[in-house]
Amino acid sequence: MERVLKILFFALVVRPIVFVVLGLNLRGKQNLPLEGPGIVVANHNSHLDALVLMSLYPLSRLHKVRPVAAADYFLKNRFLAWFSKNCLGIIPIQRTGRMRKNELFAGCHEALDRGEILILFPEGSRGNPEELSEIKRGVYHIVHDRSDTSLTPVMMHGLGRALPRGEALLVPFNCDVIIGPQLPEAETGEQLVEAIKASFLDLQQYCITCRQTGDKSQQ
Amino acid sequence: MWDIPEHSFYAMLVVFGLLVTATTCRLILARVKPEKDYTELRQRIQSWWWMIGILFVCLIVSRTTAIILFAFISFLALKEFFSIVPTRQADRRVLFWAYLAIPVQYYLVSIGWYGLFIIFIPVYLFLFLPMRMVLIGETHGFIHSAGIIHWAVMLTVYCLSHIAYLLMLPVQNAAAGGMGLVIFLLFMTQFNDVCQFIWGKLLGRHKIIPKVSPNKTWEGFIGGVLTIALVSGFLGPFLTPLNFKFSLLAGLLISGSGFIGDVVISSIKRDLEIKDSGSLIPGHGGILDRCDSLIFTSPLFFHYLYYISY
Repeated sequence: MERVLKILFFALVVRPIVFVVLGLNLRGKQNLPLEGPGIVVANHNSHLDALVLMSLYPLSRLHKVRPVAAADYFLKNRFLAWFSKNCLGIIPIQRTGRMRKNELFAGCHEALDRGEILILFPEGSRGNPEELSEIKRGVYHIVHDRSDTSLTPVMMHGLGRALPRGEALLVPFNCDVIIGPQLPEAETGEQLVEAIKASFLDLQQYCITCRQTGDKSQQ
Repeated sequence: MWDIPEHSFYAMLVVFGLLVTATTCRLILARVKPEKDYTELRQRIQSWWWMIGILFVCLIVSRTTAIILFAFISFLALKEFFSIVPTRQADRRVLFWAYLAIPVQYYLVSIGWYGLFIIFIPVYLFLFLPMRMVLIGETHGFIHSAGIIHWAVMLTVYCLSHIAYLLMLPVQNAAAGGMGLVIFLLFMTQFNDVCQFIWGKLLGRHKIIPKVSPNKTWEGFIGGVLTIALVSGFLGPFLTPLNFKFSLLAGLLISGSGFIGDVVISSIKRDLEIKDSGSLIPGHGGILDRCDSLIFTSPLFFHYLYYISY
């Protein structure tokens, strides 16, 4: 049932919006992991980010793709919780409170054990539109003793203009989705954070909606 | 069953003939020189099949369908424009209103209200948008933003909507119908790109604007203009109400303005330091990359035709 709901939601709502109202300048689609266990690590600008990434997957694989999302936000009321669980299939993370690392990421590990693909935004929250904020260590805690798990960086740009934080009006814009090659295994958390940051900046140069000219303060 | 005017039907057959020839040539090339990479050529020709197929189907199904298609093309082009140029985050809502101009403009086309069609964007919308911008209250970068938004709507909505209005003009050449005009304009514009490219490759020496587009040469330009004028002279009486002489002039106009449209969009991309404006059409780039010449040829051809024949 969950599976059907998710497929219907993506086929009838998300895909038409992503491909008609928005538009993707997609690069490196061959890098997208279709088989789990794997983690797609992307920068975060908008609620649309996870939807766009998930719409890249064939409908038949969609049930294997799970966005990791903040519990305090996505389980905030009953409707949103039902929607997040059934239409998106999120893995909730408790951002607040003091949980031990193992407990905190238990849901992620279970999903990876089932061969699923996580979508994770290491910046945490959406931040200012189109600005990279600091990358958090969470990813490292998930992958550091799982060498079976692939780590794929994705840089997105433009969605923060289409639907930034605190806005309800979706304005059509094309967006870049640049999928990079798998990241190598990292020894330490800092190393991984650095590798992700470097790969984001590297992928950013392929974004065509990323304007090099023009006054920064106006954007 | 379908009501395709005779001459337009022949024109469509000729275009399909050209496509088949192009595909055959590519297959022969791949056979003769298998070591070269023909991916881009293959994508390019394949995209041509799709674009021409969609256009012809919409033209054949009904006039309204074709108008909706052009409205959708305007939408894609405007979206692509707004996506690549710098606009202020504060202007999102202004851009939203700019998008709303598309249904209005094309509705005016579909009811054939010429008087309002011609002034709706340059008068009403262009005065409305700055007012909406003022309401936001952000004055920093105001001129810059106003300029970008107005120009984007002008190019992608106003100019392109003239193609759709060709379908609404009273039919004077019954053998070609309204769709004859559209096929003529689109074919001559795209054929002009091809001719200028081929003449440039064959004879090109003297660059016109090396800073903007290093491949554009005087030889290519003049060769293109002469070829297009001649072809247009013979094709015009067949597909449009224009006689040989006026068709020849139409060819000159299309060729000259097509060149300008091409280099203007090139300049925009140079300014933004990007190669393609998008990746919507494999082998061609974005929709602006394909519509660049058309943006300039359509209003000019339309008003030329309107002045001569109506």
